[in-house]
Amino acid sequence: MSKISGAKAFVKCLQEEGVDTIFGFPGGVIIDLYDELANSSIKNLLVRHEQGAVHAADGYARASGKTGVALLTSGPGATNGVTGIATAYMDSIPVVVFTGQVPRALIGNDAFQEVDIVGITRPCTKHNYLVSNPEDLIPTIREAFYLASSGRPGPVLVDLPKDIISSMVDFTEREEIRMRTYQPNAEPHPGQIAKACQAVIEARRPVLYVGGGVILSDSSEELTELAEKTQIPVTMTLMGLGAFPGSNPLSMGMLGMHGSYAANMMVAKSDLLIAVGARFDDRITGRLDKFAPDAKVIHIDIDPTSISKNVVVDIPIVADCKHALTAMNAWFNSQKDVDMTSLAEKYQPWRNQVNEWNEKHPLAYIDEGDIIKPQYVIETIDRLTGGDAIVSTEVGQNQMWTAQFYKFNKPRHLLSSGGLGTMGFGLPAAIGAKMAFPDATVIDIAGDGSIQMNIQELATAKQYNTPVKVAILNNNYLGMVRQWQELFYDKRYAGTVMEVTPDFVELAKAYGAAGLRAKTKSEVEPVIKEALAINDRVVIMDFAIKREECVFPMVPAGGATTEMLLV
Amino acid sequence: MKHTLSVLLQNKPGALSRVTGLFSGRGFNIESLCVAETIDPKVSCLTLVTRGSDAIIEQITKQLHKLIDVIKVSDISEGEYVEREMVLIRVKAESHTRAEVLRVIDIFRGKVVDVSPNSYAVEITGPESKIKAVIDLFRPIGIKEVVRTGTIAMARAPKK
Repeated sequence: MSKISGAKAFVKCLQEEGVDTIFGFPGGVIIDLYDELANSSIKNLLVRHEQGAVHAADGYARASGKTGVALLTSGPGATNGVTGIATAYMDSIPVVVFTGQVPRALIGNDAFQEVDIVGITRPCTKHNYLVSNPEDLIPTIREAFYLASSGRPGPVLVDLPKDIISSMVDFTEREEIRMRTYQPNAEPHPGQIAKACQAVIEARRPVLYVGGGVILSDSSEELTELAEKTQIPVTMTLMGLGAFPGSNPLSMGMLGMHGSYAANMMVAKSDLLIAVGARFDDRITGRLDKFAPDAKVIHIDIDPTSISKNVVVDIPIVADCKHALTAMNAWFNSQKDVDMTSLAEKYQPWRNQVNEWNEKHPLAYIDEGDIIKPQYVIETIDRLTGGDAIVSTEVGQNQMWTAQFYKFNKPRHLLSSGGLGTMGFGLPAAIGAKMAFPDATVIDIAGDGSIQMNIQELATAKQYNTPVKVAILNNNYLGMVRQWQELFYDKRYAGTVMEVTPDFVELAKAYGAAGLRAKTKSEVEPVIKEALAINDRVVIMDFAIKREECVFPMVPAGGATTEMLLV
Repeated sequence: MKHTLSVLLQNKPGALSRVTGLFSGRGFNIESLCVAETIDPKVSCLTLVTRGSDAIIEQITKQLHKLIDVIKVSDISEGEYVEREMVLIRVKAESHTRAEVLRVIDIFRGKVVDVSPNSYAVEITGPESKIKAVIDLFRPIGIKEVVRTGTIAMARAPKK
């Protein structure tokens, strides 16, 4: 057995896992790792802030399905990464974050740049490790990748003391990882599948409620097969958008606080709610006792803690969505006495009702002549990209308008911080996605507030030639909070007026990017066309949108989802 | 409802704080917690007494199970089980109360483990209800200090 340095072993382990790109920021305790990485085939992007590193790794993972990797130094490097880790945790994104740590002899001594990052990130990682013996280094890295990407995925942090990195370790061959305490259950119980399918046959008003689990498990095809076979209408959470084609007539788009009227109404009136890889978040359910009160609930989720956490489930199926949906499709295919055509026909009155709701209150906005409506900007981006771009968002109004007006037809094309709601996510996530798919059009749809939270990453995009596009819906407000203040606080705009905002066109130039601006509606399309034609550098589009535009429909927080404020 | 959970977890640094962090982070309550190594030094056994509705206990059990360091979770209060707690009580024992203190100790099958001119340190073992009863009896005599271990518990073996 050959002895190699901890740093060499680290790089070898990454290569074993097929890692081609990582995002990081160096520091005193991880110079050895940087030194080794520089001699390897792995691309190591230098970000401008550690939060950006973790978001970029996260965006890379969301877009590609592969595990994202970030490398941060000890102390402030590690703490700066925490928001990124918590973001990935809430959305179950496979990310492995390596942090440097002071040498073992100094741990606990309040050494320079020492922080207990394992303690800090315990509640926001799937699992984390402090490597305390050289011989644990390699098995721990392998276990970290296994944990991050299997079961319900999530971020795993590995804290590496400096002296472990520089020690000599035996490089052992990789074996299949078996963990006594961790055996996620992918296969559904056949009895539960039969029960669920039977419930579908008995239902009159069924709804498919689809979450990010379908995207994480790459089961869009299986879901689409089930929906089309049964002709059951579909609604998606923010995390689920793209799991089912947004332009399919069965899709009613997003549900919840800013969901479509039809989606919220059909869930409320349904008699069977088939939840697939979704977790009944408060932004979806609104007031719990008014949420789908008459529905029997089927819930497919790989994480048992998600089941019956907020809403009592009648038919729980603990399984990987892909396996469960495949089993349901197979069940329907194998039943000789179930006629799918007549089943689909049985739901016709229900679909008519759903379509009626959709026609009565479609997603809409009021055109105001030459004033730029943000919804129009998104619609135009959708039209000019054929709905095919990878779109990241920041958080707030920009995120909700994107979710409503960009028709995501494919999975892994919307990258958005759903659970944690992290402003500043979109730009670094877009850079991560562009690294995974250099030829794809990647657009960050941002607000003037949130883009400033990680705007420094424009330099990263320039340095590594990742020409993403940024569309800023600029209203000089922190728009979503302002909207709440308009509706519920008598228009007292405390702390939401961005009195000073940089000139984004000039700022773009300062970062070596192209800067474009639209001040009137007629300028919107030419600006987007021009931006789409520029592929050799980052483009920032600054849209001066109507300042006090609100996102509608809106379910006031804690209200019933049938009581929506409409346009 | 009170529930007694028995949790086997890997005997690793930080494993216990994953458990306690889960309870504080999710707003679950811990009435008592008792943890020590099992016969396998790589495994610790943790007995945890908590209160909550059935839905909350279900969440607690599932969330505990989700922790990577947790091997097994059982709600042993669902079936027959034995529970024990030990308490050390330093009770005032002056000339006129000494006899009474010793009588109480005798009734509860306790032991005097330390003696001073005006106090006894007493060791009592039993289910929580017995510990409470002893403390209530000693209270009027005068308790100087109480140290309790918290409950440990074990499911009864199935009768055939």
